[in-house]
Amino acid sequence: MTDLSQSPAGAAPEPRKHGGSLLEQTPRTKRRNAAEKRFRAYGIAAIAAGLVMLLILVTTIVGKGTGAFQQTFVTLEVELLESKLDKKGERNIEDIKKVTTFGYAPIIKGAMEAAVAEYGIETSLKAKELAGILSKDVAAQLRDYVIANPDQIGQTVEFRFLASSRVDGYLKGRVTRDSIVNDKNISAEQLDLVDALAAAGVLEKTFNLDFITGADASDARPEAAGIGVSMLGSLFMMLVVLALALPIGVAASIYLEEFAPQNWLTDMIEVNISNLAAVPSIVFGILGLAVFINYMHLPTSAPLVGGLVLTLMTLPTIIISTRASLKAVPPSIRDAALGVGASKMQAVFHHVLPLAAPGILTGTIIGLAQALGETAPLLLIGMVGFIASNAPETIADGLLAPNSAMPAQIYEWAKRADPAFYERAWGGIIILLLFLVTMNTLAVILRRRFERRW
Amino acid sequence: MPTFWLVALLLALSAAGYFGGRRRAIASAAGNVKDLHSLPSYYGYHVALAAFVPAIAALAIWLLVQPMFIESRVSGMIPAEAVPENSTIGLVMSDVRRVAEGLDLAVEQGLLTAREARNVAGGEQDIRALMGEVGVALGDDVRPEVLNASQAYRNLSNTGRAAMTAVVALLSLGGFAWAYSRIHKDFRARNVVERAVLALLIMAASLAILTTIGIVLSMLFETKNFFGLHSWTDFFFGSTWAPNFRGGSELSILPLLWGTLYISFIALLVAVPVGLFAAVYLSEYASGAVRSFAKPLLEILAGIPTIVYGLFALLTVGPALASLFAKGGFLGVEWMAGATSVLTAGLVMGIMLIPFVSSLSDDIINAVPQALRDGSLGLGATKSETVRQVVMPAALPGIVGAVLLAASRAIGETMIVVMGAGAIAKFSANPLESMTTITTRIVSQLTGDTDFASPETLVAFALGLTLFVLTLGLNVLALYIVRKYREQYE
Amino acid sequence: MNDMTLMDKTVDTQKIKIAAKDVNVYYGDTHAIKDVNVEIEDNTVTAFIGPSGCGKSTFLRCLNRMNDTISTCKVKGDILLDGEDIYDKRVDPVQLRAKVGMVFQKPNPFPKSIYDNVAYGPRIHGLAKNKAELDEIVEKSLRRGAIWDEVKDRLDAPGTGLSGGQQQRLCIARAVATEPEVLLMDEPCSALDPIATAQVEELIDELRSQYSVVIVTHSMQQAARVSQKTAFFHLGSLVEFGHTGTIFTNPEDPRTESYITGRIG
Repeated sequence: MTDLSQSPAGAAPEPRKHGGSLLEQTPRTKRRNAAEKRFRAYGIAAIAAGLVMLLILVTTIVGKGTGAFQQTFVTLEVELLESKLDKKGERNIEDIKKVTTFGYAPIIKGAMEAAVAEYGIETSLKAKELAGILSKDVAAQLRDYVIANPDQIGQTVEFRFLASSRVDGYLKGRVTRDSIVNDKNISAEQLDLVDALAAAGVLEKTFNLDFITGADASDARPEAAGIGVSMLGSLFMMLVVLALALPIGVAASIYLEEFAPQNWLTDMIEVNISNLAAVPSIVFGILGLAVFINYMHLPTSAPLVGGLVLTLMTLPTIIISTRASLKAVPPSIRDAALGVGASKMQAVFHHVLPLAAPGILTGTIIGLAQALGETAPLLLIGMVGFIASNAPETIADGLLAPNSAMPAQIYEWAKRADPAFYERAWGGIIILLLFLVTMNTLAVILRRRFERRW
Repeated sequence: MPTFWLVALLLALSAAGYFGGRRRAIASAAGNVKDLHSLPSYYGYHVALAAFVPAIAALAIWLLVQPMFIESRVSGMIPAEAVPENSTIGLVMSDVRRVAEGLDLAVEQGLLTAREARNVAGGEQDIRALMGEVGVALGDDVRPEVLNASQAYRNLSNTGRAAMTAVVALLSLGGFAWAYSRIHKDFRARNVVERAVLALLIMAASLAILTTIGIVLSMLFETKNFFGLHSWTDFFFGSTWAPNFRGGSELSILPLLWGTLYISFIALLVAVPVGLFAAVYLSEYASGAVRSFAKPLLEILAGIPTIVYGLFALLTVGPALASLFAKGGFLGVEWMAGATSVLTAGLVMGIMLIPFVSSLSDDIINAVPQALRDGSLGLGATKSETVRQVVMPAALPGIVGAVLLAASRAIGETMIVVMGAGAIAKFSANPLESMTTITTRIVSQLTGDTDFASPETLVAFALGLTLFVLTLGLNVLALYIVRKYREQYE
Repeated sequence: MNDMTLMDKTVDTQKIKIAAKDVNVYYGDTHAIKDVNVEIEDNTVTAFIGPSGCGKSTFLRCLNRMNDTISTCKVKGDILLDGEDIYDKRVDPVQLRAKVGMVFQKPNPFPKSIYDNVAYGPRIHGLAKNKAELDEIVEKSLRRGAIWDEVKDRLDAPGTGLSGGQQQRLCIARAVATEPEVLLMDEPCSALDPIATAQVEELIDELRSQYSVVIVTHSMQQAARVSQKTAFFHLGSLVEFGHTGTIFTNPEDPRTESYITGRIG
């Protein structure tokens, strides 16, 4: 094939270089086609690898997180003894409040004993151990109930008690009889009791609304922990981001896209924006700590500070997308407005901005979604490491009272030792991702709906 | 919260200004709007802006400057001999602030009346116990100088706040009156308002510069303090990272930098080949249907928050690797001590970066002109030969830029390494050992109980500044390369 | 210098190199080429002329299956190269394109050195056993592309640094280096100035001695200057095909005449 040497220079026509018939592939072509196939296969393998990772990630999250939406409860008949809860019998709410959670413990033990007797369960456990399958939180829950309904004292009511995280884990398969050998919190006999109660239909796993609406709980009570309060923290942060980043971002974009002259200041701003978009998020956290907390003395752990930090972080994203959508509005629109005597400012605010609004909105939603999932800067301004126990009651409270945020709460749970919290963390991720998916879908729908082709 | 009410007052004034200005303008034209130079609403905006903007600017500046001013005044009151050994004026000042804060809290909670708080003097009462009651923990008993200083601090703050309220309110009212008085039917309200709006737009755009300055300054100051307490040679050239809150720490960045770079390297080892091949396949081979299906799916990986990857590293990948390499694992080797390791963090970070590399490279490959591909195919090259020998060399600068951006991402990534890499600072080449990174140490030095007068806390700012400079350098370089690349084909 | 001796050689009765029978091309729903029959001879320059959008470029790209890269494009009918159907399932387009080279409208040198641009084809097709042979091929091709004298001192300089006309001659040299049997040229002079155009036209005439050359052109004068055979396309159909002289002086079809005289196009 490569018989150059045989062709005497100048002799015409030269021998054909590329084999004889087209219908037969030369060995070289076969080799090259094999290389082609291999190369193509690498590409497919790379895509497949990425998609498999996504699949593994999603299945892990769903598989490990859905458990958090279910919780084990024990429904018991409780006799709210007047002798223990309201000795004076006056139903004076102050007197009732004086009874601490310790005062409720015997009532709960009694309820457990009654249940064991009623269903004829044979067990050698003592009353204290019987109540040990319940959460450490139940006394407080019962007390809250009694304080809210003092008229129920002296009556027998049906109450749904939260089971302890070990019992919950046993029903979910996380805790087994083998795994509890060295566990001080639960014994095999207690698990027998759990089996019996479950058979009697008293103990069951149901949907757990408290996880979605509730507050975080201390280390010993993973079964009572919820993400609701930190969700509010995230909400308030997002309100701050929306209120600041959108107007500032749009104003900056309008200036840069419509008014900015070609000078060093404009160049400087552009360089800064593109660099800020790539600065590690933790650096914004350091900025927040140094400026907002140490220097301006804004309260630590406050969603307001978190919102300010996330605003600075999100601004470049919003500016970049807003500029793109302003750029997409054709110059003819501006010319038309200027042509009928509008000032440049009027042309921009009356015509260009409304036309660019869907694009700006889309960019803002994507920026918010990015801010919602951001964790690192929140660690530095103190949004982890404490228990956000009460939902804020006013807007000022929501902005200034210490709170957590969803990703920070998830991180907090992931750091704790009890595996029951890991389920919470995965569950929290499901909720976080649902928010993100909703926001991104909204952005896609907006884009599809209002996208204009000029 | 007086600031809140002050802002509310400004908003109310400017709203009133809008309607007042509008009405006055219409009145000055005797109800005939056509006689006005501008539309009536511009007269309204003029008054509203005059009442709001200067006042809110003054408020912001005041809030920024007052702490600085008070700090310098009060710290001047503390005599040099009152600063104990092993301490600094900064530490004493932080005590002063805490006592002042505690006294304010005590008044707020009704433990003291405002008068009592003013007259609190050492000796008569146990200040430390009082502070404890309102939740302010103090290390030592409060010394008289500190108490005096903190009383002065409170006085100055109160005076400052009162003065601020007065100045801001006056500015707002003055602006209102001035603008209102200028309104006349020939007054060019639109031009004035538009100039003001343009100024506001410029300020919004300049915020980007301010943020950068803020980042640099905030870290620079504390870094300077750090180098006042700790030798810079140890920080940059030492070999050990061993913070000790009792003093005598060794704080060298080098082991952290090693961990950071090692993890980033592994991440890129995963992300670059996978991302690049995915980009090549998507842009050169995939049919429209495959592309519109696979590309958004891959990009989901980029939209997942890093906390999710962190959790994935901590609870899934780490244990999975441990079940292979740790004691009692499938391979029967004992190469891994726990679930956290360089490999754990690197692998997960690599997954996170796949879409980052692939979508950047995809854009860059698509920017290579089709004519080059046609030229190569027309000579009888196969597609892969075209990609490898024509498209890739043409796209190489852009792809280098993309990889540098990905590297900067990896170096600055926090959550994945915090949860997956571990906390041990060391030089080791074994990817199955846990190591720590710059970002991880920033988080651990700045969370929990922090004392902004100790080198162990302040080192975080020096680390942050180094990280900022490092990533900034990479970004600037990458953006420059990518821009040059794009210009070549435009 | 060997090509100089070849120039004088004229061949009268030519063998048919490419025969197209009832070729139809569709872009999705658009019927771009309608029932085209044409026979392209060896050692001849055949020009395709016609108004823009008439399908001449599309038809040209069918001859080396460059249309394969467009997924919506479908080709029906037979195109025979030396009697073999190039759309046969067994035919590898890569092997076909080595035999049927192509030069494009816009000069498209690769962002490599001049040497690597020319050596690209011989390298992928394995035409040289060693560096010396490759050097020889590169020199011969650059000479044949009539650009050797201009670039012989800077073979390592990037091909993109040449002027437009030089770039196009480099692209022709690059196509020639692959040793094709047919050379397709898609408006090779449309991006060039008149002097560069004259150089390229001269080159085309020289190339005829060794290759069958098919050139698509906008310019009727160019077709008259360089080609022996001319095909006139209009709205996707081949209206008239014959000796260039005949087409330009005595066209049979009124549409050809209208185009030649400037009434349509």
